[in-house]
Amino acid sequence: MDIPYTVQPRPDTGVYNAKMGIWLFLASEVMLFGGLFSAYVLLRVGADAWPHGWLNIPLGTANTFVLITSSITTVLAWVSLKNNQFSRFKLFHAITLVCALCFLGIKSFEYRDKFMHYEITLANGKFADGHLIGKSRDFDLAKKTGSVTLHGYEVDQEVDLMDLHRPEARHIQREEITIPAVEIKKMGNYGPWHNTYTAIYFTLTGLHALHVIGGALVIGFLWGPGSRMWKTDPERFTNRVEVSGLFWHFVDLIWIFLFPVLYLL
Amino acid sequence: MSTYLNKFPPHRDDDRAHEHSHHDPGFWRTYIFSTDHKVIGIQYGLGALSFMLFGFFLMLLMRWQMAHPGEPVPVVGWLLEKTLGQVAARGALSADLYNSFGAMHGTIMVFLGVVPLAFAAFGNYVVPLMIGAPDMAFPRVNMASYQCYVLGGIVMLVSFFIPGGAAQAGWTSYSPLATSIPTDGQIFWIIGMALIITSSLLSAVNFIATIIQLRAPGMTWMRLPFFVWAQFVTGFLLLLAFPPLEAAAIMQLMDKVAHTSFFLPTGLAIGGQLANASGGGSPLLWQHLFWFLGHPEVYVLILPAMGIVCEIIANNTRKPIWGYKSLVYSALVVGFLSFLVWAHHMYLTGMGQKIATFFQATTMIISIPSVIILTCLLISLWGGSIRFNTPMLFALGFLPMFGMGGLTGLPLGLAPSDIHLHDTYYVIAHFHYVVAPGTIFALFAGIYYWFPKMTGRKMNEFWGRVHFWCSFVFMNIVFLPMFAQGMKGMLRRMADGGANYSAARVPGAIDTLPNSIMALHTWILWAAMALGLAQIPFIINLFWSIRHGEKVKSDNPWQSTTLEWQTPTPPPHGNFATPPRIYRGPYEYSVPGHATDFFPQNEPPDFVATPEVSTAH
Amino acid sequence: MNDGRSPEPVHSVRGYLFVYFALLAGTGLTVWASFIPFGSREINIGIALLIAGVKAFLVAGYFMHLISERKMICNVMGFTAFFFLSLMFLTLYAMHDFPPTTVTH
Repeated sequence: MDIPYTVQPRPDTGVYNAKMGIWLFLASEVMLFGGLFSAYVLLRVGADAWPHGWLNIPLGTANTFVLITSSITTVLAWVSLKNNQFSRFKLFHAITLVCALCFLGIKSFEYRDKFMHYEITLANGKFADGHLIGKSRDFDLAKKTGSVTLHGYEVDQEVDLMDLHRPEARHIQREEITIPAVEIKKMGNYGPWHNTYTAIYFTLTGLHALHVIGGALVIGFLWGPGSRMWKTDPERFTNRVEVSGLFWHFVDLIWIFLFPVLYLL
Repeated sequence: MSTYLNKFPPHRDDDRAHEHSHHDPGFWRTYIFSTDHKVIGIQYGLGALSFMLFGFFLMLLMRWQMAHPGEPVPVVGWLLEKTLGQVAARGALSADLYNSFGAMHGTIMVFLGVVPLAFAAFGNYVVPLMIGAPDMAFPRVNMASYQCYVLGGIVMLVSFFIPGGAAQAGWTSYSPLATSIPTDGQIFWIIGMALIITSSLLSAVNFIATIIQLRAPGMTWMRLPFFVWAQFVTGFLLLLAFPPLEAAAIMQLMDKVAHTSFFLPTGLAIGGQLANASGGGSPLLWQHLFWFLGHPEVYVLILPAMGIVCEIIANNTRKPIWGYKSLVYSALVVGFLSFLVWAHHMYLTGMGQKIATFFQATTMIISIPSVIILTCLLISLWGGSIRFNTPMLFALGFLPMFGMGGLTGLPLGLAPSDIHLHDTYYVIAHFHYVVAPGTIFALFAGIYYWFPKMTGRKMNEFWGRVHFWCSFVFMNIVFLPMFAQGMKGMLRRMADGGANYSAARVPGAIDTLPNSIMALHTWILWAAMALGLAQIPFIINLFWSIRHGEKVKSDNPWQSTTLEWQTPTPPPHGNFATPPRIYRGPYEYSVPGHATDFFPQNEPPDFVATPEVSTAH
Repeated sequence: MNDGRSPEPVHSVRGYLFVYFALLAGTGLTVWASFIPFGSREINIGIALLIAGVKAFLVAGYFMHLISERKMICNVMGFTAFFFLSLMFLTLYAMHDFPPTTVTH
């Protein structure tokens, strides 16, 4: 006996096995991201001050466009196979893959930006904030030697660094400031350890990026070596494209929530 | 493991098997990287039983430490010192090692022992056979699931030998304790858990898809054996409850590795020093996410056990199960409600009355379907001519033991009494009654019951009875005294069994632990040793019977109605010689007018009997 | 019903393109709306989540063809959504429902 309904849908349930499987898997993914979204809500509600406008909105918007575009090409790739147009499938999924790479490229640029972005607590109680331009060769925070140069600005209170979304914050003048190590009380970049906002930002987008990578690998396989199946078993191949597409749309769907929640609100 | 599997071939290369497998896949593909659901089921079973034995040994060591704090462990003390080093100096358990063993006992028993055995092992072996499927829906996913499980188990075991030792923060791994304990064992624990969770998720997807998609023609939903229903609901519990814990594990890993503060509050001090963390996190968040899994997990442990017991009771009372539909709907309601009760583990976290009332209400409501299931099984015994064989004895033992475990849970589900009992030995006794003499008895029953299908031989009946009666008696001697200890105020997780705790109080004061309570530790120690000895007949019986057990005379030695007995023994690759067709419900025993007292699900209707009836009218 | 062999009439590229442009417009709208002060941040959050919800419905409903899928799959996803929301809101409620005399930080 062979396993039934691997290709044809089962009459009473209306789906083939893999489609059932991927929907169940997506249900568990909903709960996985649901747990993290719950954590986001709780951390935010419990925080004294929650950052706004820390991320680059044009880049985030561009990435949203990129993912939505990859979603439509994924659907169209599957429709092409249904309509027996293999070369159009190749074209559409090529665009999907380019979009995936583009998304990851923009995302890693944003990550790098956060790791270059420093907040420095000064000895006089003020705060300097900006992107690292360079450190002097003898810079050593522990020994209090040398200096560090930022492209940024100084504020009196840490709270002033929180809301960069408000209108007046958009007109802050940034300039090069050099700070000697003796004046630095504490110095740290905006990595996950910075506060709970960066923690949840890196965790959510990092996990999402892993899903993008995973999805892109599967789609890449189906686009490249896996597409040989089109010649031997076209129906099964179409199903594979559909199932991987469902996963890809889900990744897009998560981003639709991540974007406003992390970038805009 | 490979040697065990060698001794335990899932199907012999008899003529039938050759018809279906066109080429011999070789040793590695047959036994280690198999995609056959029966082999994977047996792999899971042996793995889980080994882990359970290991977890049991950890418990014996802890029990020794509690009864004789600071004294060298007899027999194996030198080995501990040699392998684990300073934490087991002089062969005695240090407090850190005790904490490790406690955390790992819980983790291993729940996540590597009982769940894999109840869900993955029996589910893999039996469910496709019961629904008339040739295999699971995704055989390769099934293999991947088992490999993740093995990897997770290895990570957990390795963590004992790293510097600092295994995880020490309990099987619940509460932050910020888990984050601040200076051992990498916590990281190993998280990674191990992530692998086990992945394994469970893959299994759950596979099981649900199999049950939905691969039911044989005629196998409608209401003709599924209750065991399949139980596995179906369990699959959904694993599928939807585990991911939030995975999310929490990711966050705890970030706390540990990337120094985030998901679960670390502002102003956290560790060892008198302000912690090097940004703060702003919430320790309660971990507890919510953990128990969101933790409570459905209880039903993951229970439901498959109820399913097994239901099959065995129906088979050995030789009559239909009383209230099949009530059982099914109760299982569904239990599954649904189990997602809405989790915070009853957290009454003592400063929870307000409104939300506590909500969780008390749902907790009381969920006990109703559980009681319905137990009652249906109990009433099913009424008026039956019961066959008391070993599987039936274990199944019958399950009923009162699970009943005790369940009923003692009610005071814990209500905040006023829980405030007194929280974190005492009463809790330990309660959930061990549910899992040890409850679920594990049902699992033993399942092993004795399905063993003839797996091997073609029965396990020895006499030693089976010895195993049952000794286990039954000693289980109760181990766990009953814990209720008394807990109600007297003995807390769990005390490395010296409460000696210091008791001594620190005013002697004779009303809440000091009296000597009579402390002396129970010795009782429990000896009973636990005896319980361990009582498993020896089982272990020998299990392996001896593979080769030397009494041969079964037919494919259906218990004269059962369900489909797994209508296959060749042991079932070949692809399971059924001809695709089965199902004509009736799962428990058609003692059908009036039928020649035998059982009417298998796939036997065509009695055309001989029908004309007789029609002529009589 | 799709028998998996013949192309369905549903596969109109125009329909998908319409959804695509709706999604792009929704993205623009949500960015624009986030810069408009509606009086309180709660209103801004509500609007953004509403737009995200509509976009999610479009993706799930049309790209993942959930609206033409069998009821069983919708049920599974519905229960999942319910459990997710109960996790989020019960936890949120539990962590902010303190006994009246508790000092909160």
